[in-house]
Amino acid sequence: MSSRDDILARVRKNQPPPQPLPTIPTFDIATGSALETFKAALLRMGGKVADAPADGDLDALIRKLFPDAKVVCSATPEIAGNRSLDQVREPSELSDVDVGVVRAVFGVAETGSLWLTEKEFKVNALGFLAQHLVVLLDPAQIVGNLHHAYRERARFDARYGVFMTGPSATADIEGVLIHGAQGIRSLTVILLAPRKRSTRSRAPSG
Amino acid sequence: MKRIDHAEASSRFIKAKDHIDFHDKRLWDLRKKRDRVSEQLPEWEELRSLASAIKEHALTHLGDYLEEFERNAIRNGAKVHWAKDAAEHNQIVFDIMSARNARTLVKAKSMLTDECDMRPFLENRGIDVMETDLGERIQQLDDEPPSHIVVPAVHKLRTDVARVFAQTIGTDPKNSDVHYLAESQRQHTRPYFLKADAGMTGANFAVAETGTVVVCTNEGNADLSVNLPKLYIASIGIEKIIPRVEDVGVFVRMLSRSALGSPITQLTSHFRAPREGTEMHIVLVDNGRSERLGMADFWYSLKCIRCGACMNTCPVYRRSGGLSYGATYSGPIGVIIDPTFNLRKYSSLPFASTLNGSCTSVCPVRINIHEQIYKWRQIIAERHQLPFVKQEAMRVAGKILGSPKLYRAAVETAGASLEHLPRFMMYTRLNAWGRQREVPAAPQSTFRQWYLKNRSKR
Amino acid sequence: MKAALFIPCYVDAVFPEVGVATLELLERFGVEVDYPLNQTCCGQPMANSGCHADAAAAEALFVKNFAGYDYIVGPSGSCVHHVREQLTAIPQTPETTKVRRSTYELVEFLHDVLEVDAFPWAEFPHTVGLHNGCASLRALRTAKMSEIDEPHFSKPLDLLTKVKGIKFVTPERPDECCGFGGTFSVFEEPVSAKMGYDKVNDHHKAGAEYIVSADMSCIMHQQGCAERLGLPIKFIHIAQILNGARA
Repeated sequence: MSSRDDILARVRKNQPPPQPLPTIPTFDIATGSALETFKAALLRMGGKVADAPADGDLDALIRKLFPDAKVVCSATPEIAGNRSLDQVREPSELSDVDVGVVRAVFGVAETGSLWLTEKEFKVNALGFLAQHLVVLLDPAQIVGNLHHAYRERARFDARYGVFMTGPSATADIEGVLIHGAQGIRSLTVILLAPRKRSTRSRAPSG
Repeated sequence: MKRIDHAEASSRFIKAKDHIDFHDKRLWDLRKKRDRVSEQLPEWEELRSLASAIKEHALTHLGDYLEEFERNAIRNGAKVHWAKDAAEHNQIVFDIMSARNARTLVKAKSMLTDECDMRPFLENRGIDVMETDLGERIQQLDDEPPSHIVVPAVHKLRTDVARVFAQTIGTDPKNSDVHYLAESQRQHTRPYFLKADAGMTGANFAVAETGTVVVCTNEGNADLSVNLPKLYIASIGIEKIIPRVEDVGVFVRMLSRSALGSPITQLTSHFRAPREGTEMHIVLVDNGRSERLGMADFWYSLKCIRCGACMNTCPVYRRSGGLSYGATYSGPIGVIIDPTFNLRKYSSLPFASTLNGSCTSVCPVRINIHEQIYKWRQIIAERHQLPFVKQEAMRVAGKILGSPKLYRAAVETAGASLEHLPRFMMYTRLNAWGRQREVPAAPQSTFRQWYLKNRSKR
Repeated sequence: MKAALFIPCYVDAVFPEVGVATLELLERFGVEVDYPLNQTCCGQPMANSGCHADAAAAEALFVKNFAGYDYIVGPSGSCVHHVREQLTAIPQTPETTKVRRSTYELVEFLHDVLEVDAFPWAEFPHTVGLHNGCASLRALRTAKMSEIDEPHFSKPLDLLTKVKGIKFVTPERPDECCGFGGTFSVFEEPVSAKMGYDKVNDHHKAGAEYIVSADMSCIMHQQGCAERLGLPIKFIHIAQILNGARA
């Protein structure tokens, strides 16, 4: 008898009488705006919020926020950066990235969390090897709480997905809070809807 | 196998005044933080009931959910292994690695791997294992087990960490600045992430509906351990299975609030399938869990989501430290599951409790911890695992208190003094009571004698 | 109304004044109090050590002594909890079930059954720290516990606030266990004493002249700690204050 059969047999023999699976409410509470709740939660978790630049030049904003950054690696079209992800064969190649830039799929107001998958990272390790991470978030894509987040099963079909909430942190030594434990030292959210992709040829704006 | 003597270990812990004061305050602070965030959610008590109900449903249908999880994991491209016990788990992990010439392993925190004593097994066979969680790393370098399931080095002061790091990773022994120490570990560990052959995590939750492994961390070390090497191994206790993606939301809302008083961990990672060109292996581990499932009074302990809230609130744990329990799992949850691993060795642990019930009231999945502690005491007494002194004292007490005549003889003897009588009421030699406490003054008469003198004529 | 008085073994032998205060207090409210003379103990010391079989004789004796009463009242939360929830070493006959159901802790009885709204004879012009023993608090639920976010309530406080002149101070950790725990107090003496020291220091720092509790076992332990520490803090059972003790 394989261990698998052995374990399953013993589990089935020992299972207590069945208990029902409950329905989970969404526990919606009318609080302030999802956006304001999100921002407050994010700040409490050690994240930062930066305003989208009026002139639309995100690369310049990154340079302003991170003046000492040498390597800026972007997985999202709004920012060019100076390191391409397309040629990366081994994720460890990203170990010298100072600033990574990604766009989150959605945010969660309750906790200030951002959902990202391999699609948004292109190379998953970008979100953890970069010293700093900048995350673009469409303010219209903020759900109220984690129940709302987890109700959409399709969101969780990715091979890898993560709720990032602020920078990496630890308080393992005497309870002193450190930002930048093993992962990113800072997380900055820029609220910005994605550029609409036009299917027709480009027309002048206005 | 030597019995763990919790009381003796605790007395050593208590003697280190700076350490115990800090330990107690730090964990009480986490308890207070939990109180604050739970008060912010009017639905907190309902969430506890939901979390408990989801777990009880999952555990009472565990066979089916394990098979569903396995089906989905395999469909996702992961390989699923089954380990009946710790030894088999360790062998499976070694076999996976050695078959691929994998010699270096970076791992995130996993109590299961501590339970299985995996590290020495692998290290003795030529595999380098690096604990990447800061607290676990400190303990690894100090050759000590973790003392708390969430904050493994909570019993250490910064000066202790400075000493350990200076001796092992070359930091300045005179520099105990916490930022310096944490940064030193970050810099020292990073190259290992980059070149490790394999990465390992445990699981906070394993979702049957999708075959997903959910890992909740703060440091980023789990995501680095999985997203850099080409081989990922997840070690999962079979009790970690939950039915649906939707259920994860309930547990994620409860876990970090209960553990640390923060609404969520900095990272909530969902590992469903291996990256292109890499491998993902899942080892489902029994090691006594299926047996515990059949224990009518104790299967509820399998609901545990390893938040540590019970440890933070336990006044005994805070003043004795996790290492005094001599087991992977300490504090209230440890006290009710360790006897299933070895009844004799851990027979003193259910008595390292005042049965005050605080643990039960903070448990996010409503485990009736203090009631199980009470029941374990009965089993230990029935199986003659009590210390002889106590067994005898209880036998004598039971006899005296079961007979009005014997009782009166014991308490009313003329010239009785409390140092000698009623000895059985102090349950053992009075020496222990009097070590740090005064003994109450002996009254002139018992209540009964007073009543007979003053009232019974009415 | 008739009630039987249950005097825990350690109250009988070590703190008879608490028994006296309880009896007198009940009589002040017109309760006809019987004191079964052959009572000894509820069985808790043996049961809490897991020695179920050794508790049987005491438990059977308890039922025998208190059978037939509609109200059994005792000044001890932990003992009453044991009777109501854990008196299982003996067969659960209808007589046993009735006795278990009919046993009340003193504060419960005054608050819920007699619904006392005044203690005109009582005056206690001192600063007091209230200690709710864990069995009273978390098992019998005589007050809100800090672990659960629920509306504030406190039966002992409801009673004590009716006493003239009494002032309250609150320690930093109002409902952390004091560390008595029955046999724990001697078999885990190091932690027990440390918990007791912390508890009395906490009350002392808050400015309490007296610590009052409905559980004399907790008091016995805290008093032992305070005296060894040389703290100028005094101890009293709630029955004594409510019965009119001035100090």
